[in-house]
Amino acid sequence: MHAPDEDPDDVRMHHLLGNLLRWGVLLSAAVTLAGGVFLLAARGGSPVAYGAFRGEPGALTSVAGIVRGALALRSDAVVQLGVILLLATPIARVVFSLVAFLRQRDLPFVLMTLFVLAVLVFSLAFGGRA
Amino acid sequence: MTILAFTLLVGCGAFLAGLLGSLTGLGGGIVIVPLLTLGFGVDLRYAVGTSLVSVIATSSGAAAAYVREGYSNVRIGMLLEVGTVTGALLGAYASGVLSPNVIAVVFGLVLLFTAFQSLQQRTERLAAASSPLARRLRLPSWYPTPAGHRHYEVRNVGLGAALMFVAGALSALLGIGSGVVKVLAMDRAMHLPFKVSTTTSNFMIGVTAAASAGVYLSRGWIDPVLALPVVLGVLAGALVGARILSRAPVRPLRVLFTSVAVVLAAEMLWKGVRGAF
Repeated sequence: MHAPDEDPDDVRMHHLLGNLLRWGVLLSAAVTLAGGVFLLAARGGSPVAYGAFRGEPGALTSVAGIVRGALALRSDAVVQLGVILLLATPIARVVFSLVAFLRQRDLPFVLMTLFVLAVLVFSLAFGGRA
Repeated sequence: MTILAFTLLVGCGAFLAGLLGSLTGLGGGIVIVPLLTLGFGVDLRYAVGTSLVSVIATSSGAAAAYVREGYSNVRIGMLLEVGTVTGALLGAYASGVLSPNVIAVVFGLVLLFTAFQSLQQRTERLAAASSPLARRLRLPSWYPTPAGHRHYEVRNVGLGAALMFVAGALSALLGIGSGVVKVLAMDRAMHLPFKVSTTTSNFMIGVTAAASAGVYLSRGWIDPVLALPVVLGVLAGALVGARILSRAPVRPLRVLFTSVAVVLAAEMLWKGVRGAF
């Protein structure tokens, strides 16, 4: 499936990259589903109110808060952990690309990848507070 | 409505959006925001945050297959992501200060443009030679065709990256993948083959959406009760769509999806102009 002059290292990298994306999505969906079942069992009968914007409580808006809640098996935090895993999948993909470009000693692409990674990490860590 | 009933109804809607989105190649994300706001009365900010998360799920799932098969140009994707993530971060901050009505009007216009674009015949304009910058960055590459591997050239890298900045900003502001702007930049400006531009665009959507979704998560725009049915529904719809793609009547579905998009666009515009958001 790959071009005649293509680096076998590139081909292997594309396979790993494809698997990384697939497993990231599957893991995230599984966690979201598991948290969702418990969330619906506990709160399924309560009324919904999303017509007015209130914003999420603090514990569900940071990676640290969500991980703490999920470890305490709070169902809404487990669903939110699924969301975090989904956000982490592209970030892991960029880290993966960074390693590949470093190995190829491709300086322009190493710098570009570092920039993209910095924006993603900044957004998740400080985004709403900046 | 109870949370259980809401989850089931939104889940069915999201499933249909994901199914039609994957069968028509237009992506399901663009109808999620109208579905939530117009159909279920959800606040626009929650709708945008939730929609972005579902966009990451479908694009990462689809990109997994394309990358392995060698269609996506990972180097071009990485380069253009510099533009999309910068635009996305600015778009995320802009959405915090703009009125939801302004966002709704922009949404309606982009949705109309997407519908119009989907009915146009796409023409492939392959370039005979790459620009010096594209050559220096080793962007020209190969892609698989039934007749073996074909080489392609790359032009206008700077213009492509500038258009990607716009695509990133729209993605953040509206909670969509902006595939339509991305494909425009890669087809028209950079002269890439369709297969390459479509799959590379898809490859980039996850990273672009993650850049603004992080901001929305920490700003409290992403709610677990909304994310649950939307993410799982769209993802399931997209998976089923990919399975039945070869047997589905794609053209009539495309007309159907485009008609739905036009109606939703009109309603978003109308409500936005009246200040009803």
